[in-house]
Amino acid sequence: MSNWETVIGLEVHVQLATNSKIFSASSTAFGAEPNTQASAIDLAMPGTLPVLNRAAVEYAVMFGLAIDAEIGMTSVFERKNYFYPDLPKGYQTTQLDKPIVGPGKVEIELADGSKKSVRIHHAHLEEDAGKSLHEDFHGMSGIDLNRAGTPLIEIVSEPDMRSAEEAVAFARKLHSIVTSIGICDGKMAQGSMRFDVNISVRPRGSDILGTRTETKNLNSFKFMQDAIALEVERQIDLLEEGGTVTQETRLYNGETRVARSMRSKEEANDYRYFPCPDLLPVVLSEVTVERLRSELPELPDARTARLASRYALSDYDAAQLGSDRATANYFEAVAANADPKLAANWMAGELAAQLNSAELTIEQSPISAEQLAALLQRISDNTLSSKMAREVFAALWAGETDVDAIIDQRGLRQVSDSGALAGMVAEVLAANAAMVADYLGTPEEKRKKKLGGFMGQIMKASKGQANPQQVNQILLEQLQALDV
Amino acid sequence: MHNLTLTQSLAGLAGGDFSSRELTAALLARIEQFNPQLNALITTTAASALEQAERADQQRAAGSAGPLCGVPIVHKDIFCTDGVRTSAGSKMLDNFIPPYDATVVERLNAAGAVVLGKANMDEFAMGSSNETSYYGAVQNPWARDCVAGGSSGGSAAAVAARLVAAATATDTGGSIRQPAALCGITGLKPTYGRISRWGMIAYASSLDQAGPMARSAEDCAALLQVMAGHDDRDSTCADNAVPDYLAALAARQDLTGLKIGVPSQYFGSGLDSAVEQAVRDALAVYESLGAKLVEIELPNSALAIPAYYVIAPAEASANLSRFDGVRYGHRCDNPQDLEDLYRRSRSEGFGDEVKRRIMIGSYALSAGYYDAYYRKAQQVRQLIKQDYDAAFAQVDVIAGPTTPNTAWAIGEKSNDPVSMYLEDIYTIATNLAGLPGLSLPCGFAQGKPVGLQLTGRHFDEATLLQAAHLYQLNSDWHQRCPEEFCQ
Repeated sequence: MSNWETVIGLEVHVQLATNSKIFSASSTAFGAEPNTQASAIDLAMPGTLPVLNRAAVEYAVMFGLAIDAEIGMTSVFERKNYFYPDLPKGYQTTQLDKPIVGPGKVEIELADGSKKSVRIHHAHLEEDAGKSLHEDFHGMSGIDLNRAGTPLIEIVSEPDMRSAEEAVAFARKLHSIVTSIGICDGKMAQGSMRFDVNISVRPRGSDILGTRTETKNLNSFKFMQDAIALEVERQIDLLEEGGTVTQETRLYNGETRVARSMRSKEEANDYRYFPCPDLLPVVLSEVTVERLRSELPELPDARTARLASRYALSDYDAAQLGSDRATANYFEAVAANADPKLAANWMAGELAAQLNSAELTIEQSPISAEQLAALLQRISDNTLSSKMAREVFAALWAGETDVDAIIDQRGLRQVSDSGALAGMVAEVLAANAAMVADYLGTPEEKRKKKLGGFMGQIMKASKGQANPQQVNQILLEQLQALDV
Repeated sequence: MHNLTLTQSLAGLAGGDFSSRELTAALLARIEQFNPQLNALITTTAASALEQAERADQQRAAGSAGPLCGVPIVHKDIFCTDGVRTSAGSKMLDNFIPPYDATVVERLNAAGAVVLGKANMDEFAMGSSNETSYYGAVQNPWARDCVAGGSSGGSAAAVAARLVAAATATDTGGSIRQPAALCGITGLKPTYGRISRWGMIAYASSLDQAGPMARSAEDCAALLQVMAGHDDRDSTCADNAVPDYLAALAARQDLTGLKIGVPSQYFGSGLDSAVEQAVRDALAVYESLGAKLVEIELPNSALAIPAYYVIAPAEASANLSRFDGVRYGHRCDNPQDLEDLYRRSRSEGFGDEVKRRIMIGSYALSAGYYDAYYRKAQQVRQLIKQDYDAAFAQVDVIAGPTTPNTAWAIGEKSNDPVSMYLEDIYTIATNLAGLPGLSLPCGFAQGKPVGLQLTGRHFDEATLLQAAHLYQLNSDWHQRCPEEFCQ
């Protein structure tokens, strides 16, 4: 164990899945042509004024309720002043002293099954900036203001995490929560969730925080894991060589796996925050908060517990399925018409593998829940062996639609007629007297290994369509009958 | 025709005495004649004005005349006008043509008003003399070597010189009332939130308020009627009902029972004695109309200017950050890099007073100074509001001089910002408290107009207008015309 302890706190920017921007009616849809979703307000034209989007406020409150946080019944927008070309007003409208979400907590589960509580300092509402495009402009920069004004909540954790694993577990849990309650689409690659990681190290046993650095704008769990590992190593190396860590903001490039310093504390802006005079304080009523509480969709932990009990799943299976709303919905749609345990196994196995390699989400799965359920039914009723089932799965994945039609066309029906199977077994035994003698001459505890040879012959004789479990049972019965 | 007030013009149009086209053409001719020296207007929109006038005449003929159908007005060049350059008096926006109308412009257009042009103003409404305008100072029609006041100096001078009967303007610390006083006209700063700020270029958002300027309270009432009311596009715009102001004027025949508070703090040192005399005479008229004068105290008045000169520049420092040379407005030639683009675009685009206030505001908000300046100023603002709350528990209206002096010579105070700031000593507290205030002519000192300021309760513009109107029914100061503009 290292002599150093890592201390990590996160600031997480979550884009809220509202239809329009936080202070204007422009669309927030991703991927439009540059500046086609930027109104006079988003461009900060003179004389324009912000009007707060009610849905953004409600989404922020929903997050607060989901993490059991204090809700800021009166929250205040402030102006954070700095110049940058993708910040049209020259200030970001955000919250500081009176955020909409106060202290709360998030439970995370670690690989060893242990649980840990990460404290949330607060979460506040703010607007996203636009994007600066530095390529394709011949040494100039292009500005795309489509993203400017997209509503965000920034979630600020306490420095409660002690490893990259904990930080990633926390990030995944937040992702699970915000997608479960439907306030964020969770699309990391589109920047819907972005993580700033504050990292410091200190001698194990010390209770004084070391100097921290902030690695900004990580948008994948993998990058986050790598960036933390790299930064922890860098800080430890520095300290062990007698150096000191400089408080600075760093950027990590996930492709090249290299981090660099962006600016030090000395170069940091004085943001000159003050309350935004164009916006009134946001005053929530108890009625609104209680309505949002009653309408809050099922949270991941509750869903995991419900799946475990309703479908008699293991804790592990339930957690795998329950952490993501879309996955859980898919599972429940499958389990409505198929064996839940089988559904869980197939989703974690074949389906997950195919989706991963095709880089698809569960919502983009080419195989619908209904199709998977139909396939699993044919496993349960012994029509298909698991090998056959994989073949049908592949056909579904390739675009065929009807499970029974696939089975019929390919003649994949396994033989489960015990009379027919008994005949096949008897024929194989009769044709292989030497193997039978060898089997019977083997001490009982070692006989099991010899069964494979018979099985192979029988499956071959059935052209692969014999039900293996049934064959196994009949084979044992017939061999036992010969052992006199 | 140019001597007609807005109300008289409306009557003439309604009676068929003249058409809007005739009235508009006559005033455009006057603008052509006088504006080159007066410099009251930055932009004249003759062609579109004549089109609007013809449309107004058609509407009137068709029986679909709006409440201001065919009446010419000018807009302070701080209100965005769709397709017409809106400069805010700044080089920064010399090339800026908005693709939208301010709510005030939209409403006046819908009421049938004819827009003759855009009025000169101090740059971004920062100034008390109109001398900070990129387009030069405005002459005071009463004394052409003197300032017209500011920041709405162009609007005030245009009305005083009979180039137009009425104008829109804005008031952040006195920018309607002070030039109204200096030019001998009537100007109303309504309650904060009474009129939408959408499309009005921001100086200090928590203080800025649009209002009308005209030659009578009655005309101001007619304009306010159209300008006031809720607007979804401005979160700070009030949602309470707009009274019928003209009906309120007609409903009151005297001021019996009206209690007028006279703050001792408004009659102290620094007040010109001739100005004081004119104001005292006006107060005597009020007594004769049945009002009761009550001595009151506004103990924190002296703190209003220092508090204002922290809060307003602080807000301005952020409001003006958008003028960065990136998307619109002035951009320096051949920027070397981003820093150079910002530095030179803003250095070239802004004038000295604007830069001064951006620096004051940035300083007041900066780390380590926020509590000493910005927070303290907000605390003072609360004290000032409390002073008014206490006063309005006793009285209905507060009266005093609008300004301590009459118009001063152009150039006299341009190098002494603090002495200029002190000219707003009686007007600024009203903005800090968000209250309505009105200035009306009440006499002359050194041959130049003197303004009487009336301050009212929140959203009680009606009482201010009634009090001003009854005074004007019993005096003729508001009908006086600077000699060379009478014919």
